Amino acid sequence: MIALVDVNNFYVSCQRAFEPAMEGRTIVVLSNNDGCVIARSNEAKALGIKMGAPWHQLRELVQQHGIVHYSSNYALYADMSNRVMSVLGRFSPDQEVYSIDESFLGLDGMPGDLTDYGQEIRTTVRRWTGLPVCVGIGSTKTLAKLANHLAKKRPEFGGVCELAKIPPARLQAIMAEVDVGDVWGVGRKIAARLAGEGINTVADLAAADAEGVANRYSVVLQRTVLELCGVPCIDLETAAPDKQQIMCARSFGQPVFTRGELASALSSYVARAAEKLRKQGSAAGGLMVFIRTNPFRPGDPQYSPAVTVPLTTASDDTLLLTRAALWTLDRIFLPGYRYAKAGVMLTNLQPRDTVQRHLFVEDRVDPGKRAALNAVIDQANRRYGRGSLKLASALDDKGWKMKQGKVSPHWTTVWADVPVVH
Amino acid sequence: MIPELIGPIPAHDSPPPCALPLADVLVPAGFPSPAEDHAEERCDLNMYFIDRPEATFFFRVAGDSMVSDDPQRSIPPGALLVVDRSLEASHGDVVVAAIDGDFTVKRLFSRAGKVALVANNKAYPPIVLGDEQELSVWGVVTGWAMKSQR
Repeated sequence: MIALVDVNNFYVSCQRAFEPAMEGRTIVVLSNNDGCVIARSNEAKALGIKMGAPWHQLRELVQQHGIVHYSSNYALYADMSNRVMSVLGRFSPDQEVYSIDESFLGLDGMPGDLTDYGQEIRTTVRRWTGLPVCVGIGSTKTLAKLANHLAKKRPEFGGVCELAKIPPARLQAIMAEVDVGDVWGVGRKIAARLAGEGINTVADLAAADAEGVANRYSVVLQRTVLELCGVPCIDLETAAPDKQQIMCARSFGQPVFTRGELASALSSYVARAAEKLRKQGSAAGGLMVFIRTNPFRPGDPQYSPAVTVPLTTASDDTLLLTRAALWTLDRIFLPGYRYAKAGVMLTNLQPRDTVQRHLFVEDRVDPGKRAALNAVIDQANRRYGRGSLKLASALDDKGWKMKQGKVSPHWTTVWADVPVVH
Repeated sequence: MIPELIGPIPAHDSPPPCALPLADVLVPAGFPSPAEDHAEERCDLNMYFIDRPEATFFFRVAGDSMVSDDPQRSIPPGALLVVDRSLEASHGDVVVAAIDGDFTVKRLFSRAGKVALVANNKAYPPIVLGDEQELSVWGVVTGWAMKSQR
């Protein structure tokens, strides 16, 4: 048996955990640059506010209903996510962290009643972290996902839904009520195609001929059908593989026009990506740099180049990677465009300790000294906050820095932001 | 024997002098440390203060409501509170509680059906929970720490 545990309205719940006055209020959390809604409290959902709704279109609703909004506070969400995952890890030796707020748990061999176990998971996470979760239990990952969906949408389950506990006729009836688009792995496009051939609900999809689905759609959807019928096809991935690429890309707070500003933004993204790279003990064999204008302003001239460059020797050195990124920027930068976003992706990652040194190119800098310098940069930024110690090329950050009008304090990750009690 | 070269050698526009590096490994020549097998993790304040890191949060104390004549119980303003959410609060615990949407740190009184939040400092009257008020204990204070001012 497999459980899927996920946090209800994760970002909103994180905000509420440190502001008890927000319990019961209508809350939305906004994307980077406060562009659109990326999380909603149940009250906000009840008002009909859609995921992804542009924030500026909600002005009227905000005034009518006194909606509270937050800029996204990823430092807080990341810490709370780690806490939840760590608590969940106590409940099973087999854990797959599936996303920032979801985790699969293998429950094979667990003694006792699994619904009771699910309730224990629920109360423990709630008590230890303050965050509400729902638990779905099924014999495959796809069924666990479905059970979790039911636990969240149907109050009669009390937050824990174990499919095996539902009488078969009742389960059949429920599956005939759930939209096929709510099945894990069935996207909007596939759902529309399925509807075209009369497959509208989970029950329809479970009853479909798996072979035929494989022929008409894909092996992936065939697996989904089999999993809905209780045949496990997708294994728990308990060991997270090291990342093959590390990406850091952001939309700017306001449009950027100059090479200097782009260089500054890219420098700061490289610094962040390189820090992650060192943390996982890898070196990058190449990097990709892109800059782009805003495709949502069709009146503007559009330009969105991306270039990948290989490195002579794979490296995890912020200085070297920055130099490579800025060299690349100079190859693609053209003046006269309103740039809206830039990013860097470190590619061809390999273990740092087995990097092939180049036989005929002498290192221009002492790699030992450079490693020590990078270690100091990482240490300083951990201690004094991200971006405390950076390259001068990242200084010109007036224009592109993210617009975050209402970000809450970093309650758990910055000493100065620790909540105050009287 | 002349070794065969396979594949092109990348050109370098300004070839540097080809220095041959010496082995870059430190070879210890002395006697191995007699303490090596006995090394242990250094004492860690986190270990001292925190039992369950996932459930532990920090708060900063403002005001003197928890200052007491009893030095063992006295929590000075500015102290950093270590708060464990996983513990069930019981009578006599120092707790962080949410009352009417605000956080407060007080000692929990819970006897004979009466629930109150009591300050260490006698200048502050106890907060007796009325029927309308909802007390929610956020977490139990398991310790506090202060840095010296210098």
